[in-house]
Amino acid sequence: MARNSLGREIPEIFNGKRYIPYRDPHAIEPETFHFQRASRVLKRNYSGSSKVVGGLREAIVASGLKDGMTISTHHHLRNGDRLLNDLVREIDALGIRDIKIASSSIHIVHAELIPYIRKGVITALECGVNGPIGEQISKGELTCPIVVRSHGGRARSVISGEVPIDVAFLAAPCCDEYGNFNGFYGPSACGSLGYALVDAQYARKVVAVTDHLVPYPALPFSVAQNIVDIVATVDSLGDPRKIVSSTTQLTKDPMGLLIAKYAATVIDSSGYLKNGFSFQTGTGGISLAVAGHVRDMMRARRIKGSFGCGGITGFFVDMLDEGLFEGLFDVQCFDLKAVESIGRNRKHQEMSAGLYANPFNMGAVVNRLDCAILSATEIDVDFNVNVNTESSGLLLHNTGGHCDVAKGAKVSIIVCPSIRGRLPMVRDEVTTITTPGETVGVVVTERGIAVNDHLPELKAELIRRRAPVKDIHDLRDEIYAATGAPKPVEFTDEVVGLIEYLDGTIIDTVRTVRA
Amino acid sequence: MKIVKKGMAGTMQSSDLMVFVEPADSLQVEIESTVIRQFGHLIRVKVDEVLARNGVSAGLIRLTDRGALDYAIEARIETALQRASA
Repeated sequence: MARNSLGREIPEIFNGKRYIPYRDPHAIEPETFHFQRASRVLKRNYSGSSKVVGGLREAIVASGLKDGMTISTHHHLRNGDRLLNDLVREIDALGIRDIKIASSSIHIVHAELIPYIRKGVITALECGVNGPIGEQISKGELTCPIVVRSHGGRARSVISGEVPIDVAFLAAPCCDEYGNFNGFYGPSACGSLGYALVDAQYARKVVAVTDHLVPYPALPFSVAQNIVDIVATVDSLGDPRKIVSSTTQLTKDPMGLLIAKYAATVIDSSGYLKNGFSFQTGTGGISLAVAGHVRDMMRARRIKGSFGCGGITGFFVDMLDEGLFEGLFDVQCFDLKAVESIGRNRKHQEMSAGLYANPFNMGAVVNRLDCAILSATEIDVDFNVNVNTESSGLLLHNTGGHCDVAKGAKVSIIVCPSIRGRLPMVRDEVTTITTPGETVGVVVTERGIAVNDHLPELKAELIRRRAPVKDIHDLRDEIYAATGAPKPVEFTDEVVGLIEYLDGTIIDTVRTVRA
Repeated sequence: MKIVKKGMAGTMQSSDLMVFVEPADSLQVEIESTVIRQFGHLIRVKVDEVLARNGVSAGLIRLTDRGALDYAIEARIETALQRASA
């Protein structure tokens, strides 16, 4: 065990691999470590014949998938995805074992994989999870080593070859027989294929799986024929109506509205809300309410923004259509309005996860962000943020782009109610560190705004505007006075998961909760 | 205060609780909570305090808590007791 700079105990070796403890957001320079781009052997195909081999089972056989290999899928259909469950069922039926999953994310719908983990078909997760799989792992009820990565961190690990993907099975909503595909059209259209673009480039074998085979060529393509090995057809890739995971309505909750109003004041005070402004929010009622304020201020002051970024919602589509932004960078579509927009508007640009947030390239899009709204399950007095576990200690959420965006944006703003069901959200220590405090700008709760020390001018401006600025320790004390001090959750010494920072160092671990 | 019939108060919404009270020969308190691990000890202290203040020495008191703060726990127990004693 080694202790990282945030005081967390980190195993040097986990599931047979060696890891470096986190030091600071700038510690790892790929040049000094001589990181290389992953390579794959060159192949040739002089035949113009169809690459369709049949269904999933035929595709698995044709791909040469064997015991011990790593597969991936993308999560653009989110909780409506069918492919990963169907795929693992077929892998099991073929008698293949000891498979590692390195998908871009795993959702609640994928709880169907649990029996296959118990059976030894799946033996490791090289990706974070949402829902029951993580819950059972952190309760010690399910054994499957897990390494949680951010969107940018995952892109980095695939591009550098740290996580070599043997076969990528990529849901291809609109595909032709020679392997060109996009996510814009078809019954399972999910819009941007941002996460899949990385796998298509770097996996050793690429299988396009489609439920909508169109006459050659499928244009415009997001992934082209020259990097696709195999095409498989299935009845259905899933249900795009289930892409929407949280609310797409502005919150009506008075506390949420107050938080949104404070967050909008922070953005207005940052000095960036002028021509050329760039902005990212997630989904959820508070984020959308902040976006509503930003839209109103941009309209009233005739501000022309530069770009909106991230997972894109219909709200950002409306802002683009209204001319408030020059364009949108879209790594994933969060609702069907965004799916519809990316298929018709060239200024709604599909973006790979590598372009979005990989820290080891010549400039990710997050570097160009002015203000970003992010969420939290907990925050501590050093501004460290947890989004992975809840205060119960259970691993329930994937990182998404949290630490990528916090580091990239000039002002990262965490919006969070001060109390959730008696649990204080600003605490002495977070259960799990996802995002280091030194990359977090501002914490906004309904009880006040805490500004990190590296933004003294913003703090002064907020005080000048008589916004409720509070020291984060005072904020914690005020919350604890209402809730009482929580008893810390007790953990065992058994490390069942790692939380990787975007540069590949380990910022925290997940241990099983003591029963 | 003597509990002479069943009484209840509260809701099952987050940050609220339901309190069920019924007559019994001795005093029994059952607490179920979404935050029992973190706050079980403080909830128990609060329940005992409210029962003592109202002179309740017998009855079955059941709490189903969804993370309520102390003032809500106090108010819901008081109301349930009043409904059960009148």
